[in-house]
Amino acid sequence: MHTATLSTPTTTGADARGGERRSGSFATAAARRRYWVWVSCLIAGSLLLGFGLIAWANPMPLGTRGFWIIAQHRSLAVFVMALVALCQAMATVAFQTVTNNRILTPSIMGFESLYRAIQTTSVYLFGLAGLVSFTGLTAFVFQVGVMMGLACALYGWLLSGRYANLQVMLLIGVVIGGGLGSVSSFMQRLLTPSEFDVLSARMFGSVSNANPVYFPVAIPLIVIAGGVLWFTSRSLNTLSLGREAAINLGVPHRRMTIIVLIATSALIATSTALVGPLTFLGFLVATLAYQVADTYDHRYLFPVAALIGFVVLSAAYFVMNFIFYGSGVVSIIIELVGGTVFLIVIMKKGRL
Amino acid sequence: MIQLSKVLKRYSSEVSIGPVDLEIPSGGITALVGPNGAGKSTMLTMIGRLLGMDEGSITIAGYDVASTKSRDLATIVSILRQENHFITRLTVRQLVGFGRFPYSQGRLNRDDEAIISRYIDFLDLRELETRYLDELSGGQRQRAYVAMVLCQETDYVLLDEPLNNLDIAHSVTMMRHLRAAAAEFDRTIIVVLHDINFAAAYADYICAMKDGAIAEFGPPSAIMRDGVLSTLFNTDITVIPGPNGRPVAIYF
Repeated sequence: MHTATLSTPTTTGADARGGERRSGSFATAAARRRYWVWVSCLIAGSLLLGFGLIAWANPMPLGTRGFWIIAQHRSLAVFVMALVALCQAMATVAFQTVTNNRILTPSIMGFESLYRAIQTTSVYLFGLAGLVSFTGLTAFVFQVGVMMGLACALYGWLLSGRYANLQVMLLIGVVIGGGLGSVSSFMQRLLTPSEFDVLSARMFGSVSNANPVYFPVAIPLIVIAGGVLWFTSRSLNTLSLGREAAINLGVPHRRMTIIVLIATSALIATSTALVGPLTFLGFLVATLAYQVADTYDHRYLFPVAALIGFVVLSAAYFVMNFIFYGSGVVSIIIELVGGTVFLIVIMKKGRL
Repeated sequence: MIQLSKVLKRYSSEVSIGPVDLEIPSGGITALVGPNGAGKSTMLTMIGRLLGMDEGSITIAGYDVASTKSRDLATIVSILRQENHFITRLTVRQLVGFGRFPYSQGRLNRDDEAIISRYIDFLDLRELETRYLDELSGGQRQRAYVAMVLCQETDYVLLDEPLNNLDIAHSVTMMRHLRAAAAEFDRTIIVVLHDINFAAAYADYICAMKDGAIAEFGPPSAIMRDGVLSTLFNTDITVIPGPNGRPVAIYF
């Protein structure tokens, strides 16, 4: 089982002795080179897909005023994808580090069930008119606020108490998520078919749910939370060694954990309120990023994860929009293709 | 010097460790021995601030463990637990490099690199420094962990059962390394050991614990006695003179 991994470092041991002995974020010079090749490819892919989404099958000829109006409209969607990719990627990587678990994703903490419950409740109580009018900045702020409120209450309560336990906190998050999900599906059964039809469009993650009026709140939130994660990335490296090793190295573990979890919840809440649930995306992106980057260092993991997120998301949109003409339900493509890619990578490497 | 005064940890109304009063002198190796459940690891993790105490206070070189900033303590005391599972893959050198975190906050400079190299060489890991930890044997991996805490260059080093799962050869090598580290780098090493004979052969002081309290504290010559060991471990133990002047306990 280890034969594949054993073969790599034998050659590098020799050349490491030849030169100056240094410890970097990458195991070998080859790994570093591979990282930058991947980053270049991902940037190229992102640019290509981004441009493709804007220019492909544009009904107006290139350069005309009509072309630019359509391009402008589409570039908004591309921008939203970039925001969502950044949110999901950074949040999931940081979340998996602080929980010391690479199978979890922050969506498990009930964010998406809460989003579904809010949407369903608004139809259930106020009918179609309620759901349709439940847009705009106020609704957005309200949703982000409720999701973050739940998260902070959960983290604060469970991590500052005497029996502070991350595993219990996660379990309670999952249970709350499951409970909210059941309540939502119960309410959905009582809706009329037309109400359900409108509602179900919001149940799938889609960039068309995003509205530019959200940006004045969404962008600062993302910048602050993302910045916090970026500037704590060296401490995050020590947190990935586990609680005891981190404390030994002088990192205030509990405080760091709470800070990172709050930043994570801000990112996921914003992303979910912006486009809807994308449960699998963060998990897929983080797992692929670990394989591609092959480093413990979050300063290298974050950019790769965000780039992969954008490539996956925009590729899924491209395929959905221009091949299947079924815009809106990209999560299906992400889960189908992404899941397959994920399985192949895991099978090939044999580890998470 | 590590000073514990009235240190108490309550696990439940019946089970508690302490109150313990103890003074561990600076320099050399102090071995914590005792039967299972005596509270050795609990004591060690409380000294290393991984576990909070319910009463009492611990000072290390005059610094109160509960009130000193964790970051400052990380340059005074380092602790290695028995179980270490990392979610990321690290090479030996990357792991040892983490030992410099209290000084460099993750930005390793030339001096840090030299220190990292020194401890890698000290624990005979030079050939393995670019290997991943999951490619090492248990003994090699344990040496890498010890290299990391030594690389932290703290005067006090706490090790929780570093000989766990090591064979005889690796155990002997590990203890010799610790002996050398204590002498060469002037460290105070406190180590939880299960084999009383390893404690007798390598430790300067033995701290015997039983039922959450300190049963005996003294040099090996004072602890390695039939009566003391037999009551400590609830087993008939005979101590005979060993080959290199160190006593050996026979308990078969």
